[in-house]
Amino acid sequence: MRRSTLAVQVGVLARRSVVRTLRQPAMVVPSLVFPLILLAINASGLDSATRLPGFPTDSYFQFALAIPFVQGALFSANSAGTNVASDIESGFLNRLALTPLRRVALMMGQLAGILALGLIQAVTFVVIGVAFGSGIAAGVSGALVIIALSLVISLAFGCIGAFVALRTGSGEAVQGVFPLFFAALFLSSMALPRNLIETDWFRTVADWNPVSYMLEAIRSLVISGWDGEALALGFACAGGLALIALVAASSALRTQMVRT
Amino acid sequence: MSRGGFWSVARAVAWRNIHSFFTNPAIAIPALLLPMFFFTAFAGGLSRVDQVPGFDYGAGYTTFIYGFVLLQASTFAGIFTGFSVARDFESGFSRRLFLAAQRHGGIVAGYWLAALTRAIFTVAVITAVALIAGLDVNGNLFDLVGLYALVLLVNAAAMLFGTGIAMRLRTMQAGPAMQVPAFLLLFLAPVWVPYDLLTGWVQTAASFNPITLVLEAGRGFLAGDPTEVLPAFGAVLLLVAVTVLWARGGLHSAERAA
Repeated sequence: MRRSTLAVQVGVLARRSVVRTLRQPAMVVPSLVFPLILLAINASGLDSATRLPGFPTDSYFQFALAIPFVQGALFSANSAGTNVASDIESGFLNRLALTPLRRVALMMGQLAGILALGLIQAVTFVVIGVAFGSGIAAGVSGALVIIALSLVISLAFGCIGAFVALRTGSGEAVQGVFPLFFAALFLSSMALPRNLIETDWFRTVADWNPVSYMLEAIRSLVISGWDGEALALGFACAGGLALIALVAASSALRTQMVRT
Repeated sequence: MSRGGFWSVARAVAWRNIHSFFTNPAIAIPALLLPMFFFTAFAGGLSRVDQVPGFDYGAGYTTFIYGFVLLQASTFAGIFTGFSVARDFESGFSRRLFLAAQRHGGIVAGYWLAALTRAIFTVAVITAVALIAGLDVNGNLFDLVGLYALVLLVNAAAMLFGTGIAMRLRTMQAGPAMQVPAFLLLFLAPVWVPYDLLTGWVQTAASFNPITLVLEAGRGFLAGDPTEVLPAFGAVLLLVAVTVLWARGGLHSAERAA
């Protein structure tokens, strides 16, 4: 009984979250279009970087294909945070607090929309990558692993977005944090492999930045095939970040529900 | 009286916007962070790109990227001023301003003075950071005057473009309509490598993009080797002329609505 109640609660909230996310073109379209525009510009603008000795491929498009997966996840963080903040601002969370709804159901339900958006993004980026000649060295199963990793990355950033919204209760605060997510992407091995980054401090930051390992895990599947170490690091960074952010968001939700 | 009316309106609008910029961190910080962030990410993360065969810019990659970031900072100082115009319409301030001011052209001039101040401040901060990061300027005083004149003209064109949109649409939701064209114009130029090293469709787009001329002239000034100076000034003056007409149309649209 207890289980089925939880399942029903999660199901209802997940459906609401998915429908609400997909019903807003302003959330779905930019999260697909902007990463693809940047991919197209980067691929042509930086193609000459492949002439650097030690560059892992002769196609910058193939190298840069990993970026949209993480960039799309950053948009997920924004939409997750905005949706949660909107629930707080509109009083929806207050009303839910008066029901016997379990917190875990609320959290899982909210994250379902993010996973749906993440799935659409990942499949689109894989299809466009292949359609424009990138190829995936690890084959079809590699593409599935890319999609799975991409979902974990979306979950991680989505939980961070939800955490910020739950702590602040403000959509504006979520928008304010958005540039910091982009800083995390830009200060990684996004544009060049880490061993080719010349500036010492930048390479150190990239070494410590978990986003570098997420990108490199996807990149390894696209460029070189199965690389256990890269995949383990990528999944560990994304999964670890997701776990920490989920715990933080759950704690913030508890505080938020107590306040109400 | 009419001249005094024009400049008193311009001064009042400029003062209000400059005051908001310097006292509201939510406005000032993103305007500063965005270009600093691009400068750090590109100059730090991509510095090895200057070793690509055919990369022939002698002043170094930090200087090469500084040329772009200057242009980006001044463009967005103008675009963000367009946001202020839209915000003033949303809050109802512009409606009162249009009723009170005798010379409406002074309103646009005031926003231009505010954009100019924002650009000068942002460029000064970025230049200080770039100098700490190893910016190598080989140009002389005349080259620098040429560089900053180009940058401030681009700022004026961006501000007039943003203002034209803000005065027509009169809502903050017009933000993407101001930002996206500016962003595309900037990034469809030789941002990371010289024009000759671009490939594919971006090289084709860059060949038609007036910002390419401005960027190459700016980098030439920085390297002490002025190139494409007349075409660059011609292109940017043409941009200013077109955007003056665009902003004037926007002003008339706002006057009809007021």
